[in-house]
Amino acid sequence: MAIESKTISLEVPVHGESPLKQMLGIIARDPLSLLSTVIIILFILMAIFAYQIAPYPEEGAGKTHATNTMLVPSQEHWLGTDRFGRDVLSRVIVGSRSALIVPIGVVVFAILIGAPLGAIAGYNGGWIDEVIMRVTDLFLAFPFLLLAMAITAALGRGLNHAALAMIISWWPWYTRLVRGVTISLKQRAFVEAARAVGVRDSVIILRHILPNIISPILVQATVDLGTVILAMGGLAFIGLGTQPPKPDWGLMISDGRSYILKQWWLSTFPGLAIFIVVLAFNLIGDTLRDIFDPRQYQ
Amino acid sequence: MRKLEFLIRRLLTSFLVLIGVSIITFALARIVPSNPAALYIGPRARPEDIERVSRELGLDKPITVQYIRYMKDVLHGDLGNSIATKRPVRQEISGRFPATLELLFTAMLLAVVIGVPLGVISAQWQGKWVDVIVRTSSIFGVSMPAFWLGLLVQIIFFRSLGWLPLSGRVDSDLRFTNPIEIITNFYLLDTILTHNWIAFKDVALHLVLPAFTLAAYPIGLIARMTRAAMIEVMGQDYIRSARAYGLPNRLIIYALALKNAIGPTLTVIGLTVAYSLTGAFFVEVIYNWPGLGLFTVHSLLNIDYPAIMGITLFGATGYIFINLIVDILQAWIDPRISLN
Repeated sequence: MAIESKTISLEVPVHGESPLKQMLGIIARDPLSLLSTVIIILFILMAIFAYQIAPYPEEGAGKTHATNTMLVPSQEHWLGTDRFGRDVLSRVIVGSRSALIVPIGVVVFAILIGAPLGAIAGYNGGWIDEVIMRVTDLFLAFPFLLLAMAITAALGRGLNHAALAMIISWWPWYTRLVRGVTISLKQRAFVEAARAVGVRDSVIILRHILPNIISPILVQATVDLGTVILAMGGLAFIGLGTQPPKPDWGLMISDGRSYILKQWWLSTFPGLAIFIVVLAFNLIGDTLRDIFDPRQYQ
Repeated sequence: MRKLEFLIRRLLTSFLVLIGVSIITFALARIVPSNPAALYIGPRARPEDIERVSRELGLDKPITVQYIRYMKDVLHGDLGNSIATKRPVRQEISGRFPATLELLFTAMLLAVVIGVPLGVISAQWQGKWVDVIVRTSSIFGVSMPAFWLGLLVQIIFFRSLGWLPLSGRVDSDLRFTNPIEIITNFYLLDTILTHNWIAFKDVALHLVLPAFTLAAYPIGLIARMTRAAMIEVMGQDYIRSARAYGLPNRLIIYALALKNAIGPTLTVIGLTVAYSLTGAFFVEVIYNWPGLGLFTVHSLLNIDYPAIMGITLFGATGYIFINLIVDILQAWIDPRISLN
């Protein structure tokens, strides 16, 4: 990337705040990011306590209700009901588990696979680096959503397979990022000093490299989460992800699609949920990236 | 000389990546599924069919032999037959791709024509309310799921306002009144070439909503990238000197600064073209657009395996090709960065 952004490094000084604390400080100073964080925390709490919060938890899980079909939003059903008489609000609440929590899990697993490989490649260099990086090149040569779709098709559709497919298509980004950070850290004085006095590689990686990798990964993960939520929503939308009768925002948009001209609430509300969550992640990511841009390492 | 060297090296790596991509696709087609032959026949496979296809695919042979056979077929343009339509996958792709390409081109044109000026204006008024509006709306643009935005604009522009058609590429009545003569399969171009203005207007109207839906994400991304690049360039010495010489502001921004900001923007445009290729899948589903995306989604849902694998290989090849072009263009525009 040609742009040298004016960014400060978030690396851990010898006596200083932890990177997490620094990031939280950055977020706390920006009202929009703070609001976004609150929204995301609320959504995550909603997903965790979905069955306690949902007004009609059984309908949220898929139980049909033949007499209440296609009701407009009202006091009993704030967001209306669908063609099986199920409460849309309950389904949006329960659906947050597959639409929000699963993408977060996807990013976590992609980091757990990608980051160590990147650290190994960057720290060792040589043929190990070459092999690992050429493999990431192959995965990144596909449009990632297309690769995820093809893998899901090969494994068979369903939420678990879609999540696995996303992890397989997404980990190389973290390998690239962590490799870049590791290489730049390796040349730093404090790492060279540690190596010069004979500190073991494993200790150097754990004590000196790892703490400095965490913040770029966290920033990148925040930026990525919006994309991954959109992608998994897309997989659910075309029918490869969550299978009915279980709820998922993408799936609900797709279900309501045939009725948008009359029963507009069916697709509108789950879509709004995706939009709000993705917007919140992007707003935080934007603020963090202004101050620390992980792309400078790629 | 270094340019030529760069070109050759870049072509060579692209070629190697293509081979790797073909191996991954092959693995997805033959190794990951427990019974590839059954997948190749589809849901109603009889045992004798499975045995026949196993033989045809050479599933009894060693994996390397299978791969070589697979590549031989692919290089001869044989991607197998679609289960759903029984026609060669290659024909299905080449028949539908123009519709997708027309949508993609229009969307990218919109994205550049809207996104770049927005980024420039935003940079010019950095920190002012114009900037705030542009930045906020570009974040809105990249946060909006295309498969939801599409539905919203259908509700607004079809149901409430009645300004634009709901879906499809062209009005079905037109087939009888003003049939489109197919020359390039780009309907806009074909109707212009045949002076079929009534059909042209209809085709253009049908393009508006899908193109804007697809363009929302790239507009946001390009505007952000252009803004960042412009701010970077505007802070440089030669711009300050130009200002000191009293050159008009418009000349400085559009002639001096934008020229140097366009490099990074170009990379983003290349990336978004590739991203929009899959974005077009959702847009095509929503607007019932008869392109490759609609076919892909049908193939995915019907587990039309030969079609899925053919499209994956095709999509990845296109993606590699776009990246190659972007790299070469960048090296050509700004030799400092890419030649190393």
